Amino acid sequence: MREFALDGESSRDLDAPASVASSLPLDGGLSWANGGRAKARRRIWLDTFDWRLYRAGLTLEQAACNGRTELLLTGRDGDLLAREVLAADREPRWPCLVSELPAGPLRELVEPVTGIRALSPVVRATSKVMQLRALNDDAKTVATLDVDRMSVTFPARAAAPARLTLTPVRGYAGVTERISFAITGVPGISAARGPALETALAVVGLRAGHLPGKATEVQLSPAMPAAVALATVLRALLDALEANVPGTIRDIDTEFLHDLRIAVRRTRSAIKLCGRALPDGLASDFKAEFRWLGDLTTPTRDLDVYLLSYPLMTAGLAAASPADLSPFHDYLVRSRTAQYRRLAAGLRSARLGELTTRWRTALEGVRQARKRPTVAQLAAGRIGAAQRKALQAGRLISAASPPESLHELRKRCKELRYLVEMFGSLYDPAQRRQAVRELKALQDCLGVFQDAEVQRTEIRAFARQLLAERSVPAETLLAMGEIAAGLAVAQREARHEFDSRFADFASPASQARLTGLTTTTGLTRTAGA
Amino acid sequence: MKVFATYNIKGGVGKTATAVNLGYLAARDGYRVLLWDLDPQGAASYLFRIKPRVKGGGKALIRGTRSIDSAIKGTDFGGLDLLPADFTYRNLDLLLDSAKRPAERLAALLAPLEADYDAVFLDCPPSISLLSESVLHAADLLLVPLIPTTLSVRTLDQLTEFVGGFNGHRPDVLAFFSMVDRRKRLHREIATDLPAERPDFAATLIPALSVIEQMSVQRAPVTAFSPRSQAARQYGRLWQEARERAGLTG
Repeated sequence: MREFALDGESSRDLDAPASVASSLPLDGGLSWANGGRAKARRRIWLDTFDWRLYRAGLTLEQAACNGRTELLLTGRDGDLLAREVLAADREPRWPCLVSELPAGPLRELVEPVTGIRALSPVVRATSKVMQLRALNDDAKTVATLDVDRMSVTFPARAAAPARLTLTPVRGYAGVTERISFAITGVPGISAARGPALETALAVVGLRAGHLPGKATEVQLSPAMPAAVALATVLRALLDALEANVPGTIRDIDTEFLHDLRIAVRRTRSAIKLCGRALPDGLASDFKAEFRWLGDLTTPTRDLDVYLLSYPLMTAGLAAASPADLSPFHDYLVRSRTAQYRRLAAGLRSARLGELTTRWRTALEGVRQARKRPTVAQLAAGRIGAAQRKALQAGRLISAASPPESLHELRKRCKELRYLVEMFGSLYDPAQRRQAVRELKALQDCLGVFQDAEVQRTEIRAFARQLLAERSVPAETLLAMGEIAAGLAVAQREARHEFDSRFADFASPASQARLTGLTTTTGLTRTAGA
Repeated sequence: MKVFATYNIKGGVGKTATAVNLGYLAARDGYRVLLWDLDPQGAASYLFRIKPRVKGGGKALIRGTRSIDSAIKGTDFGGLDLLPADFTYRNLDLLLDSAKRPAERLAALLAPLEADYDAVFLDCPPSISLLSESVLHAADLLLVPLIPTTLSVRTLDQLTEFVGGFNGHRPDVLAFFSMVDRRKRLHREIATDLPAERPDFAATLIPALSVIEQMSVQRAPVTAFSPRSQAARQYGRLWQEARERAGLTG
């Protein structure tokens, strides 16, 4: 299959089979024939909010034509990988999780890529598709040519230039190459770069794969005034925060809330660690409000974590049966629904609107700032301090340390990582990735430990609550006990693993990589904030 | 994948017309269909406007030096592919004779296509030979067009007896009357009585109609260029019987 893009003028020329035939001359005994009446096609391109399919080189489209609706999955080169015809009463209601799609090869290919993220429409369009057939001297069809005139209807309205798709009939690839060569020789026509999805997005001014507010994509230069750079990073985080609010309110998938929380946490860390680099008092006014927002999201997220790990929990039961846990699952779902309502109300509130508006206005006001410290100086100072604090906190941990000490270290490690990522564009990408990778290995271990700690505490509280309600049988409480025991084992293993993980992190080589990150910018390290 | 073979020792009884029309109808029903034109005369290839030529000829296919997959051509009808005839197919008997397990060779050649096709139609040349034997071993359902005469019925009995002697896989046999001329009393009597008496006869019969002969002018299946004609309706009924008999689901 070959695809061609047309410029605006050529698009206008190809409005009828006869005009296509005269605009795209063929030779060598080949000729064009009308392939029948033009067809209307409704198209919806689908992807996760963070473009997992696009980034994996996949394009998923729902196409409806002549009363038949199908899902089409294509690869990087435009080849069809899987097709799923949808029964009239089984068309998915977008957005939806991949697990809700009909079972089959298409779902099997998509599911590992999208994971727990839902598929949502990224572009909707209507097309008028005219088909021509290329005939050889025996009047045999050797290839078909679709002339697709598309109008985008969502997220904005715009007409796209026409696009041609040349499809060889099996066994006639050679002659189709000749036709392809003839088409590209026509002025105003060129081989299409990228899928039709990219064309559709481009005409409404969007770009596939773009994710608002990705911290490592914020471009800073070392000599930028620290305040201006910090405001730029915080604006990107605000973009990410705002981008995830609608998906959280609509409860499209659990990752919207997760990413919203990350944006809030990074903002709070940036304010705490570097806020003094901003003009006087600017950040301190917002500390309490971002804390409110973080706290608002915690109960729902905790329950999401429980529900996401529920299949794994039930799979690990040794004595109890998964059915014993069903009342607990129902309780988690009920609790989650109640917490989600509170969360959604908070996110819809004027308080959040006021916070984000005021915060953006404040950040946009940071344009003129003192030249010193520069962002490189600020970053070096803050990363150095965070590195020392993490090392210090880790070295104080002994076998007798309470779980809170490990949690404190986890928080220090998170702060260090956020700083490295926030100022990431200042550093060599390979060095930065390596430093983050080493830090992440320690964080993961601490994460397992702390999550188990929280879940063990919570499951006791859930059990007390269920007992008080007298709503569950004894088998459920016994099964919950088994889950609590499993969590205790996981926590003990993580604690055991901690010593070697921390030793890796604290090793001279690993520390030198972190230190080297900030010193290779060639700027003097100062306590910038 | 179900393998249908249109077979008769006699020529000019409607084997190719049956393979072409049933293949088209199967594809129209949404099945992925391959028609292999095994007749060196290449009538099916001609009807689909495809040159009766295979690189390396029948020798390359039978010996496996060229994959069947690479010789397949798409027809003008969605879901229907054709493996063209080649003049060297006239020597397929000799080629099979020199192959290992010749009677099972065709089935072995078709096995790799299992994932690509739901139905394969083998359009056989009129003969009784090693090729015919290999076809009979590969087929799930033998479609046997017969002109309604006493001798034709005797030939069918001989074929059924021959197939009944196979060890292991035996194709089911579905005979049907073809080129039935209602003006002839013998045609009318045989075509009415036998299908009612014998389970190996289809209830559907294909009349002798000029629109079927038009296929060679139109170079397309009658079911495609004249879908409302009596001929197309009869082929439609025959396809339903054959599909059910072969147990082709979906």
